[in-house]
Order: sequence, then structure tokens, then C-alpha cells
Amino acid sequence: MDANVLARIQFAMTIGFHFLFPPLSIGLAWILVIIEGLGWKKKNETYVAIGKFFGKILALIFAIGVATGVVMEFQFGTNWAEYSKFVGDIFGAPLAAEGIFAFFLESTFLGLYIFGRERVSKGVHWFSIWMVAIGSTISAFWILVANSWQQTPAGYVIRNGRAELVDFWAAVFNPSTLVRFHHTFDAALISGAFLMAGIAAYLILKKKETEIAKKALKVAVIFGLVVSLLEVFPFGDLHSKQVARTQPEKFAAQQGLFETQAGAPLSLFGIPSANPPELKMHIAIPKLLSLLTYNDPNATVKGLKEFPQSEWPPLFLTFTSYHLMVALGILFILIMGISVFYLYRKTLFEKKFLLKVLMWAIPLPLLACQFGWIAAEVGRQPWIVYKLMKTTEAASQNVNAGEILFSIILFGIIYLLLGSIFLFMLIRKIKAGPEPVKAKEVAL
Amino acid sequence: MIDLNTIWFLLVAVLIMGYAVLDGFDLGVGIIQLFTKDPDERRVNINAIGPVWDGNEVWLLTGGGAMFAAFPIVYATVFSSFYIAFMLLLTALIFRAVSFEFRKYSETPRSKKIWDMSFALGSTIPALLYGVAFGNILRGLPIQITDGKITDSVSFLSLLNPYSLLVGVLSLVLFTMHGSIYMTMKSTGKQQDKMVSVAGKTWAVFIILYFIATMATFFTAPFLFDGVLKKLIFWLLFILLFLALFYIPIGLKAKKFGRTFFASSLLIVCMVGLIGVSLFPRLVPSSVDLANSSLTIYNASSSQNTLTTMLIIALIGMPVVIAYTIYIYRVFRGKVVITKESY
Ligand code: HDD
Ligand code: HEM
Ligand code: HEM
Repeated sequence: MDANVLARIQFAMTIGFHFLFPPLSIGLAWILVIIEGLGWKKKNETYVAIGKFFGKILALIFAIGVATGVVMEFQFGTNWAEYSKFVGDIFGAPLAAEGIFAFFLESTFLGLYIFGRERVSKGVHWFSIWMVAIGSTISAFWILVANSWQQTPAGYVIRNGRAELVDFWAAVFNPSTLVRFHHTFDAALISGAFLMAGIAAYLILKKKETEIAKKALKVAVIFGLVVSLLEVFPFGDLHSKQVARTQPEKFAAQQGLFETQAGAPLSLFGIPSANPPELKMHIAIPKLLSLLTYNDPNATVKGLKEFPQSEWPPLFLTFTSYHLMVALGILFILIMGISVFYLYRKTLFEKKFLLKVLMWAIPLPLLACQFGWIAAEVGRQPWIVYKLMKTTEAASQNVNAGEILFSIILFGIIYLLLGSIFLFMLIRKIKAGPEPVKAKEVAL
Repeated sequence: MIDLNTIWFLLVAVLIMGYAVLDGFDLGVGIIQLFTKDPDERRVNINAIGPVWDGNEVWLLTGGGAMFAAFPIVYATVFSSFYIAFMLLLTALIFRAVSFEFRKYSETPRSKKIWDMSFALGSTIPALLYGVAFGNILRGLPIQITDGKITDSVSFLSLLNPYSLLVGVLSLVLFTMHGSIYMTMKSTGKQQDKMVSVAGKTWAVFIILYFIATMATFFTAPFLFDGVLKKLIFWLLFILLFLALFYIPIGLKAKKFGRTFFASSLLIVCMVGLIGVSLFPRLVPSSVDLANSSLTIYNASSSQNTLTTMLIIALIGMPVVIAYTIYIYRVFRGKVVITKESY
């Protein structure tokens, strides 16, 4: 295999693994902001116990996020040197900003949050989890700025054989930044909500510290329903509309649309193929795609045949992962919706089956995130920077296939090892359950 | 008049100094862990840096980001030439990062020991590799610039030359000393006495190695000394370095551990500063064609627009970072106290 393909496999593997952890960290941190706030304001020890328990889980997840993130920071230089030279004038800035504005904040205050409970006042302690949540969100913002610029470049000129910055704000708020940020941030909140709900459901099923677990479950499903609804509408909807306008060939591939047509149908299922160019075994709803994309059932939507075949992204991956993400998004609304319904009816804690579903649903949002990224990143091919640089021109010239293969094997083994140890420890931690709430001090 | 490129050279130097001083001591504590047999002492070691090590490591990440933003050609060229070495470094940093939490959740003394060792090796290898990398940059990389196109090819084995290995050992010893001095502030009783003695011994080794390394640099990369002796800043750093260096044994003897730690931090700052002064305005000298193919702060930099924007970002962000970093160190100052939350 040539060095370029290996470099892509290497990048996809390391970033894909990294991105299992940030959504959980971001989501959990925000839920803990709520929980710790309730515990402090209401002087309620149950919330404090939830905070302690999930705080430890956050620390564990965060650690792996950091360990795998450090790798990412240097990958652009090691693997994509030609790319780094070409985009460095623009792409480096958000990465540096992420360090200055985000990584310092989250890592410094996480230390305070975890170890400072007895050392600082309750207010400062609450402030520290705020800073962790804000820091990790700013981190997501800046890295997504970098990624969005690569999808929809803006604010630059091509000079001296590279992209040079002319307008910083135009580059930061390029056409896909805000949409991508909202969508990804909300995906993180969903991931956090499902994690907390699933763990709480497990504790209830096992009858461990059920008072704590019931409170945690209540917060998690209400929060989870809200963020799941928001993800589909407006964030998902807006994202699709943006892709249709800024990267039409990617959009056509995600939707499996070959012919340019007025009143385009929305494909619910299908298997796309490039030769012959068609969507096999498809089920579609007439006119819905035009309606959703342009608010007009008869609007014209561009199909793949509008573009040279050499610029089509890989169709199967782009189409399938996009559709799986959307399907999961709808499933999340159902799960959280039904849970909130029974919560309202005050029977949620007896619904054994639903509690089991919640427990098994923990990994699903992460799966949706991976599908989302695959749809976005594979859908961007063959470009590494949309319409400016091809992925084939981007890899390091002075690194050979053997060296990359070495790193794939090395990180493959490490990540398998870390992943399994992490899961083992997480599950053991969950099984041990939270510590019981301290009994009220008895006056002597 | 100082231009933007020079300012960015200074800022990158400051980030490297910050990293070397801060992560330097927790790498050092990791190296000491390698030789610590007593499980309780090992626990004190790891908890001495527990709440702060991640913040320290961010200096490295920000340094990397700043290099990418300000000198993308260096970021791209150096990191890809050091490919295999970099992968080893990252592996070590991964194992180091996870060892804290994994140690905490290990239930048997044996598995705790495994993560202690993962922390120890994950600190020792980077401490060595940083020195090796610096050594290689100081003696120059085989970079060739023809018609604006940069080519270079560095094999992993060629990085392991005697000079660079010497610098590697030097940085290993330096960080061990720095870490042991940090631990004199954090530990008590027998452990503290031990740390005082480790600090004294590594200090002696350091002086000898530093002398040899300076001589070796004179023969390996004589161009680094060109015109440097005429610069005021060189002499300033040089004098400070010696003051700091000679204060260390005095401070240890007088049990003024806080001040000793300050001295060893100053020593590191001066060392990085001296390297910066002798490289300037080059970032990576070329061993093939020093005059025309070296990467300098001018031919490897971003555009003036980006340098300006980044300067604004740094000026807004860094003071805030420094302020809360100081706050956190104040919260966690004093001896290590083992609680339920500890690793
Ligand atoms: C800041 C930039 C950035 C960010 C935030 C991401 N990516 Fe990406 N991705 C790239 C920048 C990039 C890249 C450097 O541009 C790659 C390498 C080769 C390429 O074409 O794009 C890439 C490739 C790439 C590929 C391989 C595509 C192919 O070569 O066919 C996959 C599957 C992903 N990425 C997945 C992800 C995931 C799961 C991410 C979640 C965090 C992610 N990307 C974030
Ligand atoms: C290719 C792109 C990426 C790079 C270069 C990168 C880099 C990093 C680095 C260096 C760290 C460690 C920071 C520390 O020590 O505290 C980290 C952690 C983190 N990253 Fe990424 N990252 C990437 C993708 C993303 C994306 C897309 C997001 C969010 C949407 C994200 C969110 C986070 C968060 C929240 C953390 C904190 C640790 C954690 O929560 O697990 N990262 N990342
Ligand atoms: C009906 C629901 C949804 C719609 C219409 C939708 C739409 C989209 C679109 C169009 C993209 C591609 C952006 C691009 O190509 O540049 C995308 C990406 C993504 N989606 Fe979704 N999505 C939905 C649900 C979800 C859910 C439930 C999650 C996770 C919990 C999720 C996570 C992601 C992620 C992480 C990305 C990659 C980052 C990005 O480009 O924003 N999505 N989504």
C-alpha cells in the first residue's frame, strides 16, 4: 500500500479513537455543572454524592482524552507535512488558540475540581467544574474552526504557493463553523446524557444507592430529551442545508442523489454505486429532500452527475454513515421521549425493560458521532482542503510507508490495550456504585 | 526595532522555557519513581504532581500549536523528519498520561506497581528524547532548500549520534535534579532527606556533563558561537546561570527548598535562553548548507498578518493562563496530603 493511503488510515484510526472521549467529557462536564449547582444551592447531599461519583468517571474519561489528544496535536506535522506547509498560515492559529484558551483552562481546573473539594470553598469548587465545561467547549470550538476551514475555506488568498490569511474573522467564522460547532457540541451533550442515564439505570436495576441513581436518572433523561430534539431540529437540519449550499457534491453523495432534479426525493434506504451510477434497492419519499433543503417541494437539487466523477467522494461510506447517524438521532428522541413520558407518569423506575434499553444505549451516541465524522470527512474526499488541495498531495514526503505502518501497528496495539483497560476499570467503577450519602450528623 | 518574527522567536522560547521548568519537574519526579522502591514513597511522588501535571503538559501542546502557527515550515519539517522518534515520544506520553487514573483504580499492589512503572518510563523516555532532539537540531539537520522547495531525509538511527545522546543524558540528569528539588518541598522525613541527597548528587553530575557538552558543542557546531560573545544578553544569561547553579547546593544545605527550586528553575530558563541566543535568527541550522538552507525566523515563518493576529491572541490569553496557574499552585502548595481522592 502506498504511503498516502497508510497515512489516511493512521489518521482516521487515531482521531476516531480520540473522538470517543471528548464527547463524553464535554457532555458529562456540563451535566455536572447542573448537578453540583443543585447540590450547592439546595444543600442536598444526594446531589453531592452524584457529583463525586460522576466526577471520578469524568476524570477517568478525561485522562484517555488527553492521552490520545496529545497524539493528534502533532499528527499534522508528522503525517501531513505538505498539508501543514500549505495551510500553516491559517490552520495553526486555531490550534494554538485552543491551547491558550482551552487546554490550559480545562486541565488546570479539572485538577482543582477533583482534588480541591476539601481545599476550596463550595463556590470556588462549583466554579472549577464550570471552567472545565467551558474549557472543553472552547477546545471543541477551536478545533472545529480548523476542521471547518478545511471543509469550507474562507478569508485567505493563495500566495507564495500557500494559503495566506487575509481576514481572520472570515476564516474563523467560515460558512460551516457555527453549524458544525452547534451540531458537534450538542452531540457531546447527548453522549453525556446517555452515559449518565445508562449508569443510573444500571444502578436502579441492581438496587444500588437507588436514591442517588433516581435523581441522576431524572436529570439525565430530561436533559437528554431536550438535547436530542435540538440535534435533529434545528442543528441537523441546518447542517444539511449548509452542506447542500457549500459542498453540493458531498451533499448529493450523502443523500444518494445522482440526477439533478426538481422535487427531489428523500432516500431512506439504499446502496449507492458509482459504476453504474445508481442507488440500488432504494426506498424514498417523493419531493421531501427539496422541501427539507430549500423549503420548497419543487426546488431543484443538484445530483452527482452534475460533477466530474473524479471529484465524487467514496459513495458507500458517505451515504451509509450519514443515514445511520440520522437514524440513530431519531432513535435517541424515541428513547428519551418514552423515558420522560414514564417519568411524568411516575413509573419510569419500575420499567425494567426501558431501564435496560437505557443501559445498552450508552455507546450509541458515540457511534452516531463516528458516523457523523465519517460522513463529513470521507464526503470531503478527494480534497483535503475543499477545492484547494487534494489529499494525495498532502502527506509528508520524507516519511516512507514502512514508518507509517510501524506507527499504525504501534498505536493499534496501544489503543486496543488502553481501550480494554479503560472499559474494564470503568465497568468496575460503575459496579462498585457511588458512596452512600452521609447520614445526617446526630447531635450528641 | 524588533520585528514580529523576532517577537515570535522570543514567544516560542518562552513557551519552551515554561514547559521545561514546569513539566521538567514532573518528568523528574517520574524519573525518580524509577528508583523508588517503597510503595508509600511512590504514592507521595505521584500525588505530588497529581493535580498539576496536565496543566504543565499543555505548555508542550501550546508550544507545538504556536510553532505551527508562527513557523509552520519548522513544524512540518522537523516533526516529519523525526517521525519514528516522535512516535516513541508520543507512546511514552500516552502511557504517562493514563498511569495516574489507572493507578488509582488498580486494586492490587502489583497492578499499582505496573502503573507506577508506566509513569516512570513514560517520564524517563521523554526527558531523554527531548535532549536528543535538541542535540540534533543544534548540530543541524540535512535540510536542502532549492528554488524554495525544502527536502530533507533523516533516518531514525542517524538521530542517535554521540553528541545528541550526550545532550539527551544531560537533559535526563537536569530534570532528575529539578524533580528531586521539587520533591524536597513536597515530602517529609526520610524521603525528604533522600531527595536532598539525590539533588546534591545529580547536581555534581550535571556540572560535569554540562561542561563536557559545552565543549562538545564547540567542536560539533562551532557556528553556534559565532558572534555570540559580543551579545550582552548572552553574558547576562551566562552570569545568571552560574549564580543559579551555585546557589543550588547552598540552598539545599540551608534547607531553603523553595529558593533552591527557584534557582533550578532559573537555571533551566537560562539554559534554554542560551540555546536560543546562539541559534538566533536560525531555528533549524542546515548541516548541508548552513548559509542558504537553514530554516530561519524569516524563511520559515507565517505571513505578517498571521503573526500579528497570533500575537494579539497570545497577549490576551497568556496573562490569564499565568494568573490562574499561580492560583492553582497556591491552592496545592505545601506537603503532599494523602486523602480519599488521591491517586
Ligand atoms: C482539524 C482537523 C480535523 C478534525 C477535527 C477531524 N479531522 Fe478527520 N481528517 C482530517 C482533519 C480533521 C485531515 C487531516 O484532513 C484528514 C486526513 C486525510 C484527509 O483527507 O483528511 C482526515 C481524515 C479523516 C478520515 C479518513 C478519510 C479518508 O481518508 O477517506 C476519517 C474517517 C476521519 N478523518 C474521521 C474524523 C473523526 C472521527 C474526527 C473526529 C474528531 C475527525 N476526523 C476530525
Ligand atoms: C484533529 C483534531 C484534534 C486535535 C489536534 C486534538 C488535540 C487534542 C489534544 C492535544 C488534547 C489534550 C489536551 C490536554 O492535555 O488537556 C485534546 C483533548 C481534548 N479534545 Fe481534542 N483534538 C482533536 C479533535 C477534537 C475535536 C473534534 C473535539 C471536539 C469536538 C475535541 C475536543 C477535545 C476535548 C474536550 C479534550 C479534553 C480531553 C477530553 O475531554 O477527553 N478534540 N485534543
Ligand atoms: C436527524 C438528525 C441529524 C442530521 C440531519 C444530521 C446532519 C449532519 C450532517 C449533514 C453532517 C455532515 C456535515 C458535513 O458533511 O460537513 C453531520 C455531521 C455530524 N453529525 Fe449529524 N445529523 C443528525 C444527527 C446526529 C446525531 C444524533 C449525532 C450524535 C449524537 C450527530 C453527530 C454528528 C457529528 C459528530 C458530525 C461530524 C461533525 C460535523 O461535521 O458537524 N449527528 N450531521
